[in-house]
Amino acid sequence: MKIGVTIFPGSNCDRDALHAVERMGAEPVELWHGDADLKGSDAVIVPGGFSYGDYLRPGAIARFANVMAPLEDFARSGGPILGVCNGFQVLTEAHLLPGALLRNTGMRFVCRRVRVRVESTETLWTSSCEPGEELTLPVAHNEGNYFADPATLAELEAEDRVVLRYMENPNGSANNIAGICSEGKNVVGIMPHPERVSDPVLGSEEGMRILRSVLAGARV
Amino acid sequence: MKVRVLVRPKAGILDPQGEAVRSALPALGFGGVSTVHVGRLIEMEVETADEVDAMCRRLLANPTIEEYEWEVIH
Repeated sequence: MKIGVTIFPGSNCDRDALHAVERMGAEPVELWHGDADLKGSDAVIVPGGFSYGDYLRPGAIARFANVMAPLEDFARSGGPILGVCNGFQVLTEAHLLPGALLRNTGMRFVCRRVRVRVESTETLWTSSCEPGEELTLPVAHNEGNYFADPATLAELEAEDRVVLRYMENPNGSANNIAGICSEGKNVVGIMPHPERVSDPVLGSEEGMRILRSVLAGARV
Repeated sequence: MKVRVLVRPKAGILDPQGEAVRSALPALGFGGVSTVHVGRLIEMEVETADEVDAMCRRLLANPTIEEYEWEVIH
């Protein structure tokens, strides 16, 4: 299985994500922002960082990079996509996920491990988790405060599209949301970084609970 | 011509940056400030203003969380 990782100027979790893909036993594929295709990827991770310096808004400029057109087609055809942190911001800017990520309340960049609960195991990125499973995952963000209008929030809740929920809210996020998915449940965006806990040398492999799920559900 | 675009948080949307600025003002002796909102000012030299609105909608502002207005300066 080939798993692509997009690389924008300012991405800084791409190497970690590529390493995690290798540890999953899949073939990592580097997807440069200027690429016009996904090089045969069976799944794609949009990693964290500060794409285009977070200029204008996080994700606002990355959203129009060349690689996004094939990624949007891939999303529409049901392909599994995981946006992590800045990747989540890119996917909301691209309208592949609803809502937006606002600045954290509390006037600080939050960088620590947090407890989250897996709320939906219906997605391609959480299918191997137990419903209600609790994970400890690192977050590192300044804009992780999920916002959507009340109707969209109600829809996300009713359709079981809240994927991860903070046990203790670190950033003011609506409904304690740490991650959501698309209507088709193939596109997932989460603020926590599973790739940063994907190897015993990092002190934990709990991120693999999420990452490895895609191996089971994807079209190969 | 020169165009000035003003982007601001939509009414009713939490603005943690504005709130941080508001809470800093009394410490400097500036009282009586009840709300602060922080937005973005974008100035552009353009050949025509025909597409400025489309630029705002597609890139300069995020309609989910922001509203915008623009004017031709000269």
